[in-house]
Amino acid sequence: MPEIRNYTMNFGPQHPAAHGVLRLVLEMDGETIVRADPHIGLLHRATEKLAETKPFNQSIGYMDRLDYVSMMCNEHGYVLAIEKLLGIEAPKRAQYIRVMFDEITRILNHLLWLGSHGLDVGAMTIFLYAFREREKLMDCYEAVSGARLHATYYRPGGVYRDLPDRMPQYEASPWRDDKTLEQLNDSRQGSMLDYIEHFTQEFPERVNEYETLLSDNRIWKQRTVGVGVVSPERAKQMGFTGPMLRGSGIEWDLRKKQPYEVYDKLDFDIPVGINGDCYSRYLVRIEEMRQSNRIIKQCVDWLRANPGPVMLGNHKVTPPSRGEMKHDMEALIHHFKLFTEGYCVPEGEAYAAIEHPKGEFGVYLISDGANKPYRLKIRAPGFAHLSGFDEMVKGHMLADAVAIIGTQDIVFGEIDR
Amino acid sequence: MILTDELIERIKTHIGKEDIQSLNDELGEVTLEVKALDWLKVAGILHDVPELAFHQLSDLCGVDYQAYGKDQWETNEATGDGFSRGVELSQHNKANWDPSFRFAVVCHLISIEHNIRLRVRIYAEEEAVPRIPSCAGVWSAANWYEREAFDLYGILFENHPDLRRILTDYGFMGHPFRKDFPVEGEVEMRFDKAAGRCVYEPVSITPRTLVPKVIRDDLRYSDSAEAKREG
Repeated sequence: MPEIRNYTMNFGPQHPAAHGVLRLVLEMDGETIVRADPHIGLLHRATEKLAETKPFNQSIGYMDRLDYVSMMCNEHGYVLAIEKLLGIEAPKRAQYIRVMFDEITRILNHLLWLGSHGLDVGAMTIFLYAFREREKLMDCYEAVSGARLHATYYRPGGVYRDLPDRMPQYEASPWRDDKTLEQLNDSRQGSMLDYIEHFTQEFPERVNEYETLLSDNRIWKQRTVGVGVVSPERAKQMGFTGPMLRGSGIEWDLRKKQPYEVYDKLDFDIPVGINGDCYSRYLVRIEEMRQSNRIIKQCVDWLRANPGPVMLGNHKVTPPSRGEMKHDMEALIHHFKLFTEGYCVPEGEAYAAIEHPKGEFGVYLISDGANKPYRLKIRAPGFAHLSGFDEMVKGHMLADAVAIIGTQDIVFGEIDR
Repeated sequence: MILTDELIERIKTHIGKEDIQSLNDELGEVTLEVKALDWLKVAGILHDVPELAFHQLSDLCGVDYQAYGKDQWETNEATGDGFSRGVELSQHNKANWDPSFRFAVVCHLISIEHNIRLRVRIYAEEEAVPRIPSCAGVWSAANWYEREAFDLYGILFENHPDLRRILTDYGFMGHPFRKDFPVEGEVEMRFDKAAGRCVYEPVSITPRTLVPKVIRDDLRYSDSAEAKREG
C-alpha cells in the first residue's frame, strides 16, 4: 500500500483568482485543505510611513490607492479623522455630496466584487453586465474630479469643488454611427444630478438582471451555499465587519449605529443574512446595492433644492479661491502657507471609522501639533477578513478556497497598504 | 448606546485602581492606559464582563514615540537668523528620551452590544527589547495585527502563537516603521546580469526633506482650541 501524506501547494502570487498578489501556502489532504497560510505584503508600499513625511493634505491621494476599487470611501475616513482633530465640520452640502459619492462608490465596489466573484466560480456573463454599469458611475467620478479612479476629491473642510452643471459627452468618431452616439449622449444632456438621477431610475432593473443570472442559478448555489460558514460569535472574535459580519446575522452598520455626516437624516435599511455562508453574503451585498441606490436618490433631491458652499471659508485649512488670491493680500498669504507648509493640527489623537463597502475602515491619527501626521494607522477591513481565511477554509475543497477569497472581497491595496 | 462617562464609571468599577495608569476622555473617545504586566488581566475583564463586553478588537497597532514633538524647524527663533534647510536637525537624535515610553501598542476595541469604542494603550517598558503580552488568546483578530506590529516596530508579543513577519519581504532586516529607520530604506535590489541573480546593495538615493516638519499653534484663535484651553 502506498504511503499517503499531506502535501503543500502554492497558490499565487500570480493567479487570476487571487484578486491581486496573494500567495497562499495550502496544506492539502487529497483535495481537502488542512491549513492555509496566506502570505501577504507583496503590495506593501508603507503608505502609513510615507504619510508621516508629508503635510496632511498631500496624503489624500495615497488613500485612493489603498482600496483601489472604493477610492472615495478611503479618502472619507482619512478626511474625517483630520476634521475630528481640527474640530471642524464640512458644510451641509459637502456632507450630502460626500454621502452621495460614498454610496456611488459602494455600488462601484459591489459591482466589481460581483463581477469578479462570479468570474472566479464560473459565471462569465455577470462580469460583463457589472462592468456596463460601473462605466456609468466612473463617468461621475471623472466629471466631478477629473479622474476616473484616483479622485482626491474630499478635502478636510468639504469637497474640492461643486458638482458640474453639465456632463461631458461622447464625441463623434469613425467607430460610432450617429444613432449610437445619440443613445450614448441621451442621459448626458442635463446637469450631473440629472445624469445620476437617470442612473438611479434604471439601476434597480439592472440589479434584477443580476439576480436573474445568479440568485436561482444551480451552479452558483452549488458553489456558494454552505461554503465558508461563519458563526456570529466567531465573526466578532475574528474582527469581521461590514457584509462579512452582517452575512452572519449580526445587525451592525456604522451608518446606522454611529452615524457620521448626514446618514441619520436619510432613509435606508440594513440587510442582514441568516446562514453566514457565501450565498448569504452575496444576498446582503445585492440588497446593499439597492439601498445605496435609495440613498443616492435622496441625496440628489436634497442637493437640487439646496445650493450653497461645498468648502469651509476657514482659510487656515482650506485654500482661498483663485479670484480672491489675485486681489487680497491675506488670501495670497494663506494660499502660500497652505501649499508650502500645510496647516498644523492640534496635538491629540483621533480614530474615525466609516462604513466602507468592505467593512469598517478606520483611520487612527496621532498628531503632535505639527503639519504632518505623527502616526497614521489605517484599519483596513480586508486585513481582518483575510486573517480569518485559515479558519473559514479549513476542511473545504480546493475549489472552495477560490469562492471564499471571492466572498471576502479581498483587495490588496488596503491589506498590504 | 452608552455614554463615555458611563463607560468610564464601568471601567472604574470592574478594573482595579492599581491597574489603571490613566483613563481619560478626549474628543469623545475614551483612552485607557495600562502596564504591560497587567494587560492580559485587563483584556480578560474587558472581554468577559457583560457590562463592558468588548467582544471585538477592531485595530491594534504599534507606535514609536521617539520623535514625538520634535520639529525640524525652530519657528520661534527664525525671525532673527532665518530658517535652516530643515534637514540638518535630524529626527534621529535621542537626547532627553525616556526609554520606557518609546514603544507602545494601541488597541481599539468595540462593544457591539453597548455600541461604544475604547482605546487601550500599553507602553513597552524596555526600549531595546520591547515586550508586551499577546492578547491573541482573548481576541483572535489580534493574531495578524500583532504580527504586523512586530514586523514594523519590532515589538515582541509574548506567547503569540505564530510571531512571524507579515508585510515586509522574506529575509528583510530591521523594523521599517521605527522613527530611526530612514524612509528611503537601507538596501536596494537590482538584477545583476553577470551574476545571474538579484543582488542587494546599500541605497543610492539621498534623503530629502521637501516640507520640513514644523510645530505651530496655528489654530489658537479657533473655537475648538479656545474651548480646549478653557475646558
